[in-house]
Amino acid sequence: MNDANALYQDAIKQMAQAAHGHGQLESAHGEARLDNPLCGDRVRMQVALDSGRISAVAHQTKGCLLCRAAASLLGARAVGQDAAAIEAVADELDAMLKGAAPGPAAWPELAMFVPARAYASRHRCVLLPFRALQAALGKVAAGATANVTENHGETKGAL
Amino acid sequence: MNAAVSALRSQFPLLAAAPGLHYLDSAATAQIHGAALDAVIRHETTCRANVMRGTYALAEAADRAFDAARHSVARFLNAGSAEEIVFTAGATAALNLVAQAFGNTLKAGDRVLISVAEHHSNFVPWQMLRERTGIELALIPVGADGVLDLGRLPELMGSRCRLVAVTQCSNVTGAWSDVAAIVAAARQAGARVLLDGAQAVQHGPQDVRALGVDFYAFSGHKCFGPGGVGVLWGRAQVLAALPPFLGGGGMIGEVTFDNTTWAAPPQRFEAGTPPIAQAIGLAAALDWMMTLDWPQIHAREQRLGELLIEGLQRIPQLRLLGPATADSRAPIVSFDIEGLHPHDICQVLDGRNLALRGGHHCAQPLLAALGVEACTRASIALYNDETDIQALLDGLVEVQRTLT
Repeated sequence: MNDANALYQDAIKQMAQAAHGHGQLESAHGEARLDNPLCGDRVRMQVALDSGRISAVAHQTKGCLLCRAAASLLGARAVGQDAAAIEAVADELDAMLKGAAPGPAAWPELAMFVPARAYASRHRCVLLPFRALQAALGKVAAGATANVTENHGETKGAL
Repeated sequence: MNAAVSALRSQFPLLAAAPGLHYLDSAATAQIHGAALDAVIRHETTCRANVMRGTYALAEAADRAFDAARHSVARFLNAGSAEEIVFTAGATAALNLVAQAFGNTLKAGDRVLISVAEHHSNFVPWQMLRERTGIELALIPVGADGVLDLGRLPELMGSRCRLVAVTQCSNVTGAWSDVAAIVAAARQAGARVLLDGAQAVQHGPQDVRALGVDFYAFSGHKCFGPGGVGVLWGRAQVLAALPPFLGGGGMIGEVTFDNTTWAAPPQRFEAGTPPIAQAIGLAAALDWMMTLDWPQIHAREQRLGELLIEGLQRIPQLRLLGPATADSRAPIVSFDIEGLHPHDICQVLDGRNLALRGGHHCAQPLLAALGVEACTRASIALYNDETDIQALLDGLVEVQRTLT
């Protein structure tokens, strides 16, 4: 049993609906695509940098409300951040979902995902856009050319 | 609750302990019957010893119980003999066993024909075989309703088809395959037939001889038995001609430094200690299934399928996948609601004690052919009744309210 109303609160639905950052960049410095093989969710994240900080981000997300809300939040908040800050937020979000931490202080909106703590199978939905953005930033750091797409499908037990 | 279903539910420990649970995910895992659970516990507490090795009384008792389990499976499948029953870790292991053992008899350019509707467990092993040996892999397409389109079967088989490996029943749409037509075409081409029976076995005993196939694979956990055990049935002369897949104890005739000979089937394909207690539990489940009135159960399952399909068809923006009527499918009903993700749908339904599966159901090629990336699936078994269907239909109203 769960409390679906708490999980699907208006903040999450509105954030998903807003779809901040949805689309494509004309000129990206890094790009990555991550899949969730459990359900077929997919996030394609593009990023452009200026002096080491994100100057533009765009994503194409096919996924559940949680995944779309997380991608939208990144679309709204990622610009101006550097790779280390995104990694820190993603790791703090991961810890928050696992129930061990209060969540990233710098991104209080992420508290909307606290009700997902109880559902481990949904943590990946929230984290997928963050991991995709990290992978896209990793491409830039590795000196990869723009628009390189790779399937980083993760595996999870019995399907 | 329906009295007959209530009596059945009481025999399933988990369902008896959770009267409010609407379990509609039996296509993924059916609940374990009390007799199967009891048999496992009884074996482990009174007869636990390795099999085909010891001479002491306890080991003899374990041997007898394991042999009896093999005979129960043979009766369930109407196999020619118990020696045609190979215990595996599950249906996936059974299918991989054929892909390895039979696959090792194939040459580059030989063809294996599978279908778009296969579960990944009857898809990926053949792709791996293609990579390893250079066989050709061909696909039977599906129609818009997910039913195998057999119109081009002879052409798809070509001149070097050695095996047709298909599902008996889709785990997504519930569509039954026309096994008789597939077997007839395969015989014409001189090809063997492997049937993935994973979704069929929970709907009653099977008759592999009447089906006319050469291999049949299924899992214990999908027919009210324990997990960790499955079965590969193979026609005796077909198994006898195959090399082993795994090497180890129990599958040999004699081992010397220079040479090793193989045991006869089924031991040739059961290297190492088999899943003894699980096989005994599975046999108890199958023995129980063989006492049931299946025409009555089929009629009830079909009626529930019809009820569900009728109810779903009244929901706006809902697309049913698979055959439009319940009489041409097992009681497995998948659907897509425009704008709503199956994970979210299942999460809300869970809040109403409804257990359904959302995702691609390990059948991505089929979902791609049907034009969806994921879907929600309700699968009905003998312990479900009208209250489960109504709870789902009511739950979908809340789904719309919660998610939009």
